[in-house]
Amino acid sequence: MTELAAPELALADVPRRRRHPFAFFVLRRVAAGLATLFVVSILLFVGTNVLPGDVASAVLGRDSTPAGLAAIRRELHLNRPAPERYWSWLSGFVQGNLGSSVAGQAVSGQPTPISGLISDRIKNTAVLALFTVVLLVPLSIGFGVFAATRAGRSVDHAITTTSLVAISLPEFVTGTLLILLVSQWLGLLPGVSLIPIGETVFSHLSILVLPVLTLLAASLAQTVRMVRAGMVEVLRSDYVEWARLSGHRERDVVLRYALRNALGPTVQVIALNIQWLVGGIVVTEYVFGYPGLGQALVQAVSARDVPYVQSVGLLIAIVYISLNVIADLLVVLLVPKLRTAQ
Amino acid sequence: MSDVVLVVEDLQMELFSGEPIVEDVSFQLEPGKVLGLVGESGSGKTTTALALLGYTRPGVRIAGGTVTVCGRTLTGRPERELRRLRGQLIAYVPQDPASSLNPSVRVGDQVGDLLRRHAPDRDLDREVARTLELVQLPSSREFRRRFPHQLSGGQQQRIAIAAALVCRPAVVVLDEPTTGLDVVTQSHLLEEIGLLRQEMELAIVYVSHDLAVVASLADQIAVMYAGRIVEEGQAAGVLAAPRHPYTWGLLSSVPDPHEPRRLRSIPGVAVGVGDRPDGCAFAPRCPQRVGVCVQAMPTLDRIQPDWRVRCFEWHRTPTLAPEARTAARLSAGPMPPVLGVEGLRAEHRGRDSTTVAARDVSFAISPGECLALVGESGSGKTTIARCIAGLHAPTRGRIVLDGTPLAPLAGRRPREARRRIQIVFQNPNDSLNPRHLVADTIARPARVLRKLSRKEAQHAVGELLERVRLPAGLAKRFPSELSGGERQRVAIARALAAHPDLVVCDEITSALDVSVQAAVLELLATLRAELGLALLFITHDLGVVASIADRVLVLEDGLLCEEGPVGPLLSRPQHEYTRRLVAAAPSLTELRAPV
Amino acid sequence: MTALAARLRFARTGSGRFGLAACFLLLALILIGPLFAPHDPAGIVGSPLQRPDANFLLGTDSLGRDVLSRVLWGGRSIVGLAALATGLAYVVGIAIGLVAGYSRTLVDPLLMRAMDVILAFPPLLFLLVLATGAGQNVDVLVFGVATVHVPSIARIVRAATQETAVRGYVEASVARGERVHAVLRHEILPNILGTVLADAGIRLTGSIIIIASVNFLGLGLQPPAADWALMIAENRGGTTLQPWAVAAPAFLIAFLTVAVNLVADAVARSLGRSTAQKRVAR
Repeated sequence: MTELAAPELALADVPRRRRHPFAFFVLRRVAAGLATLFVVSILLFVGTNVLPGDVASAVLGRDSTPAGLAAIRRELHLNRPAPERYWSWLSGFVQGNLGSSVAGQAVSGQPTPISGLISDRIKNTAVLALFTVVLLVPLSIGFGVFAATRAGRSVDHAITTTSLVAISLPEFVTGTLLILLVSQWLGLLPGVSLIPIGETVFSHLSILVLPVLTLLAASLAQTVRMVRAGMVEVLRSDYVEWARLSGHRERDVVLRYALRNALGPTVQVIALNIQWLVGGIVVTEYVFGYPGLGQALVQAVSARDVPYVQSVGLLIAIVYISLNVIADLLVVLLVPKLRTAQ
Repeated sequence: MSDVVLVVEDLQMELFSGEPIVEDVSFQLEPGKVLGLVGESGSGKTTTALALLGYTRPGVRIAGGTVTVCGRTLTGRPERELRRLRGQLIAYVPQDPASSLNPSVRVGDQVGDLLRRHAPDRDLDREVARTLELVQLPSSREFRRRFPHQLSGGQQQRIAIAAALVCRPAVVVLDEPTTGLDVVTQSHLLEEIGLLRQEMELAIVYVSHDLAVVASLADQIAVMYAGRIVEEGQAAGVLAAPRHPYTWGLLSSVPDPHEPRRLRSIPGVAVGVGDRPDGCAFAPRCPQRVGVCVQAMPTLDRIQPDWRVRCFEWHRTPTLAPEARTAARLSAGPMPPVLGVEGLRAEHRGRDSTTVAARDVSFAISPGECLALVGESGSGKTTIARCIAGLHAPTRGRIVLDGTPLAPLAGRRPREARRRIQIVFQNPNDSLNPRHLVADTIARPARVLRKLSRKEAQHAVGELLERVRLPAGLAKRFPSELSGGERQRVAIARALAAHPDLVVCDEITSALDVSVQAAVLELLATLRAELGLALLFITHDLGVVASIADRVLVLEDGLLCEEGPVGPLLSRPQHEYTRRLVAAAPSLTELRAPV
Repeated sequence: MTALAARLRFARTGSGRFGLAACFLLLALILIGPLFAPHDPAGIVGSPLQRPDANFLLGTDSLGRDVLSRVLWGGRSIVGLAALATGLAYVVGIAIGLVAGYSRTLVDPLLMRAMDVILAFPPLLFLLVLATGAGQNVDVLVFGVATVHVPSIARIVRAATQETAVRGYVEASVARGERVHAVLRHEILPNILGTVLADAGIRLTGSIIIIASVNFLGLGLQPPAADWALMIAENRGGTTLQPWAVAAPAFLIAFLTVAVNLVADAVARSLGRSTAQKRVAR
């Protein structure tokens, strides 16, 4: 009998890069993320500063005089060339100096550092986001897998149609309707998220309920649909068919053989939705008057507070891109084909 | 007589809409025996094979009949019970292990899990190691921790076989297990399966469309057509002197790698699921049909104690008489080659590495000659074909047409050069634009390369359809309405529309059923004679080479290792590699000698 | 299966039929509704936040304008802008995707890196940044929304183009020496259009949602325009007195987005089903 097995790869011959493919992938991916962040910061800067003149007039508001505008421009260094301004902003940001809020200055007459303004708001937004995500992940996987295993039957139809309706509604509509129904008509929960100054959201947890529900409505629906689709695809595959033909229990087929292969795409889907939450949170905070970063951002945009939008925008971009990178790394970790050397 | 382990009686399977797929299928199998279940696409052989495990694909149900394994009836049992019996009593080896092995589970576990499921009290490690050794795989821990994508095609198939055998079932169903494997691996695998059957007293149902492969292994053969068994008996007898006209037609269309033969095809097209006629399903295509054949369905009659045939006129079936091929066309003296390939080197540049597909290949094709380029997958033959057609730029060397060197890519070649070299591809499913009518597809080369007007081109379409023996009405259809064989003929007609001197055929029959392949090869032979076409025929199948080629080039890993006229090369190969290929090629003639 | 036949088949599903009917109703409302408006949508015709009565069937809003008239006029902006933005996105996205997918040169990675950069922005943030920098008006909004869609459309088109480019009939065309634009136009584009446009309906809904959201935040269309989202924003404070100024536009937006999504989903599913049906038993 001639030699049949493929020659075993002699480990010594494999270049080092291939011996630890995952480590190199991590490095490459993180580097790519940083590079993207850099480009995004440039675009942020360019995007917000397209009409620089307005910054000065936004600060002075109705009291704009040509002399006053010129003075403000000098003070805010608006006369320097753009690349210089960009660089000073970026280098300051990296060291923790987020710049000075123009709107704040217009109100108080004093330079108001942005980092001071946002520390509480970051906490509030983080709490809102965390509650939503903690509920989102298990619920979406649970419902999605459940619907997929009952694909085509009435339970599945119910889940699919409900989620289709839920996805279609914009958050501000859902939020507004929830306020009308639950808060106004039924009087069960507060419709506006008022937290007295000095207290944190933790002592008023009931104000979280409606915003979280609003956020969950669309994002859960979206995620359930995609998890279900991925799972249905896996359940139709040849290897699941062979597992059934080999006599495995259906429970093992779904949980052990099918789910593993659906995890990769599922992680991507959930990451996608968490990113989408960034936009959803902004609108939801505005609807409920929730004292978070999103609400403040909208106010800043209205007031044309360019430094605020720049810095907070970059902050949000950092979170967004980090989630991207983590999701990609998780996917590679979960899918053996991507993880191992060829 | 030892106990029969597998009994199938009157199996009926249908679609949920009521249309029958499989009807009236019955057979028995003893331990240690191999039943070859043979048929072309649409015959219902895979559906039947799956039903042996009580399994149906979505949309299909078992409408009647019984399947009994080791005395236990499988049909009619609830799914939960069936799952317990599968793997222990009867196991299945899938057709494509690359997609049937779970990509996220280590191969050792894929085998071990089954043991855990069906026989949890056995010593897992030892049993798995033993089974892996049984299928000629390493039993080391390192190997067992690999994932399927880290194994070769042959190894993947062996893992699938190991998983099927680990619980020592009585019956194993193998569904075309050597598809996609190269010839040498295939022949090793067949040998091993034969040995396993003896060692383990396995009863094996071997499903295949390849008669030559089945011939080397099977004790019994059951031939299926349009969902019914049309002939069943001892393999040696059926293959030597078939009684059913379909079996006879099938055997006459199987090419033989050792004897250049003329292939005979079966006229007409195989019936689809919904189109079965009243009376005998094969009657429309049968040369022996009489009046009663169209009115009534013949029953599977026992013509000898272990031979059944479903035909009214079985006694009139002629003996198999393979015709020798007509000699290669007599040349009127040495003619200058129409195409020359000089020192060709072609590479594929990947992200990290470069693979060399062809190294320093040189050959020439004379006008009207059929040159076969033979090799396994990865030998570079397709890449060379693409270089000649102008689809791939070689790294070194040149292609010369009638003495003039050609630009590497087609876009830069003069129109005349593009017209004179045409190419037909392997996959009939993607060689035609699904959004274009057949007429437009065929007309296009005539318009672009011969500058015909719209009217002239449409007229040419009619002529070309006739030339490839297709009905004129096909012109106004879309490719999705055509069968695989018809699509390949349209692709050939498209190539002919340019009035080429050389047609490059890249494995054009590899995806076709045997009888359809014979028809296409027959057509090419006729076209060559009528038009004086030169052909560059790329293939891995030596049987096809024997039936169509004048000269043969053998490629191994991009290098030309042997070249010569077809007869001497196949009967007395010089190079070691050619010898291996010829020895491994499955053949019917070798096994006809009664044992 | 031709696209038209597939599109017609979806009308047999329950949700597809409901969605289609709803879409027609809304389209009628949006197109000819304004003809029936009893009052000038921008005119102050009554006291603020009046409850519905014979004169004002849906009451008045926070400034005293007739809610019914504003509602009848208010759908055009959302649907019109969304359609414009989505259409623009497809034209640009298909062009970029075709070029990137077919090219074997650096053009492909270059285009795709550019797409990645846009994708690195959360969509709403992108629009907010644009609103800050370029002003709060409709043109910026349409441009922004279109830009948000382009990368994902380009990716889909690129993948489909790459997959199609290796098919036999495309290579046959290349071997005939046909020019790149002819190959793209005759061989590739007709065969990818189905895949590419499969989620067009869902994308349109997405545009509607995001445009409405931006209008709601006050950063898009400006008052006194009659726009359903603006109406919700303007009248939120007075819901205890007059809920209809908010409820009517809210229900209509919900109705619109759900209807479009139902239709889009039914079409996508029937297209998917027609390819899956070819998998009959062997």
